[in-house]
Amino acid sequence: MSPHATPLHGSLPPGGADLPWGGPAADRIGAAPVVDIRNLWTVFRTAGVDAVIHKDLNLTIARGELLSIVGGSGSGKTTLLRQILGLEAPARGSITVLGRAASQLTSMGAASRVGMLFQQGALYSAFTVLENIAFPLRELGTLPQDLVRDAAMVKLQMVGLDPAHAHKMPADLSGGMVKRVALARALIMDPPLLLLDEPTAGLDPDRSDAFCALLRSLHQELGLTVVMVTHDLDTIYEISTRVAVVADKHVIVDAPPKDVIAFDHPFVREFFLGGRGLRAQELLRQHPSTV
Amino acid sequence: MEDSRPHLAFEQTPEGRCARVLGRWTAASLADPDHWDGVQAALKALPQDWRDWQWDLRGVQRLDHTGAQLLWNAWFRQWPDVLHTSAAQQAMFERVARFSSVLPPRPRNTPSRLFLRLGELVMRHEEHVLGAVRLVGQLLLDLLQLLRAPRSGPWRDISGHIYRIGATALPITALVGFLIGVVLAYLMSQQLRQFGADAFIVNILGISLIRELGPVLAAILIAGRSGSAITAQIGVMRVTEELDAMQVMGIAQGFRLVMPRALAMALAMPLLAVWTTLAALLGGMLAADVVMGLTPAYFVTALGKAVLVSNLWLATAKSMVFGVMIAMIGCHYGLRILPNTQSLGEGTTSSVVTSITMVILVDALFAVVFKDIGI
Repeated sequence: MSPHATPLHGSLPPGGADLPWGGPAADRIGAAPVVDIRNLWTVFRTAGVDAVIHKDLNLTIARGELLSIVGGSGSGKTTLLRQILGLEAPARGSITVLGRAASQLTSMGAASRVGMLFQQGALYSAFTVLENIAFPLRELGTLPQDLVRDAAMVKLQMVGLDPAHAHKMPADLSGGMVKRVALARALIMDPPLLLLDEPTAGLDPDRSDAFCALLRSLHQELGLTVVMVTHDLDTIYEISTRVAVVADKHVIVDAPPKDVIAFDHPFVREFFLGGRGLRAQELLRQHPSTV
Repeated sequence: MEDSRPHLAFEQTPEGRCARVLGRWTAASLADPDHWDGVQAALKALPQDWRDWQWDLRGVQRLDHTGAQLLWNAWFRQWPDVLHTSAAQQAMFERVARFSSVLPPRPRNTPSRLFLRLGELVMRHEEHVLGAVRLVGQLLLDLLQLLRAPRSGPWRDISGHIYRIGATALPITALVGFLIGVVLAYLMSQQLRQFGADAFIVNILGISLIRELGPVLAAILIAGRSGSAITAQIGVMRVTEELDAMQVMGIAQGFRLVMPRALAMALAMPLLAVWTTLAALLGGMLAADVVMGLTPAYFVTALGKAVLVSNLWLATAKSMVFGVMIAMIGCHYGLRILPNTQSLGEGTTSSVVTSITMVILVDALFAVVFKDIGI
């Protein structure tokens, strides 16, 4: 597959129906969006005082997109991700993921619908690397041990880890390796939707670049829909097909990176057009395929 | 509706013999017990000349890596001569083929390895003992420092711990003590009545509850309740790197974590023991009244004659030792916890088991050493 085959917003990548997207629900809905957030209100109550985080937030994520959610600290990006996963319930509004309500997402077999890369990896510290990756498959209970092990080994190497690490414990891994193992675990059942919370936070620039390259190739090869929360401008420019900016309690702009930069808003100016932002824009010129 | 069951169809077509892969070959679908048996049987019954068949995956509804892996394993990890796939399926098979490596074996237990492991075990025990000694030594140094500069002591921490260890444990210790008192009085009354020695219930309850059961019961309850909490608190601080943060700021762990807990326990434990003893005596007194008709007034007067004051001192001193011991064991295990969940669980369990065992051991020691006092 050529690097320019990145699926664009609304269009289907090559390969058609055989791409490993979705469960039964994804079939039913056809070309419907993977994630559909409508009039979302999030309210946190601390010490009896209501703090409104999201107010009438709307966001639609189509198949094959690689969407970055950006916003200031406390703008509720991670909360949004957790709501998509059904880990938190919104105060008002609806979230539909793969054709069903987000609150039903984490029921039986969720690993085949959605994969989540938590910020700290969230590996099970009592299991080895291989057991961690194989866990969702093993939990199905039917597939034989050797098939599960083979499938986990493929995923382990797919994310660029050496087979020698298979028997290590999570406590013995470096931060970058933890993220890779967590990614392999999230992908074990080839879910159509992958959510990432700060995937490159805590990685050195080299590893962060390698992680981006890995994400980009997985996104292309597996036809994944990827939603990530990130502060890392390099990551945003390098791999996202679309950027959603959360500010003033809703999505102020939702467009390809180069259009987002042109949007006139104090947060956008500060975030994208500060010193760091301008340096990172070099990447936009180097990776025109993402625009 | 289309058949989503994963299955194989062997057909004769004009181009030759064709093995068509049909249905949904995904992990979730394959793991369905209804599907799995059929798939397994079909793959087991693969014809000898499977390689000569044309394999056609274009009719498959969905394929994921697990499905591809299953087929690849069924093909003995070799490519069939003719394979019709889409580009994405081809990429998937190539990935599976490339990464289907043999799992490196777990390190074996060779004699030299076992020997090294024995050495590790010995070292770990040595480190355990050294750690305990160091902790006690550090506590003494910290106490000296506190005496030298009492104003800069962690008094807020100490009062917080006294509240959590002592005050919040009052209801449970009272309940357990009261019930034990009732049970003992009932059992004793049966035996004593046979000898016509009803009045001696005051002596038996007084000595056993004040000298032994009160302090030991309170200590065991607190070991389970607060000893585990101390270990878990310090252990989680290790997991969340709070201990490291303290060290980086130059805040002494012994002075701020261990000593306040030890002091709070030293103070709270005797008070709790007295409280538990009082509850147990109350229970015994009421039960004696109900079963034997021994009035509370008589019970109280007789108690003063039956139990020498030295028993109270002994019980208080014992409780203080128990308290410090529970705190130190809790801190010791807490500080040894490694940053993972398993270690946290094991550490907490060991802490509670060790402190309860130690409470009983030390109690036996007290009983032997002070056998001539107060009785």
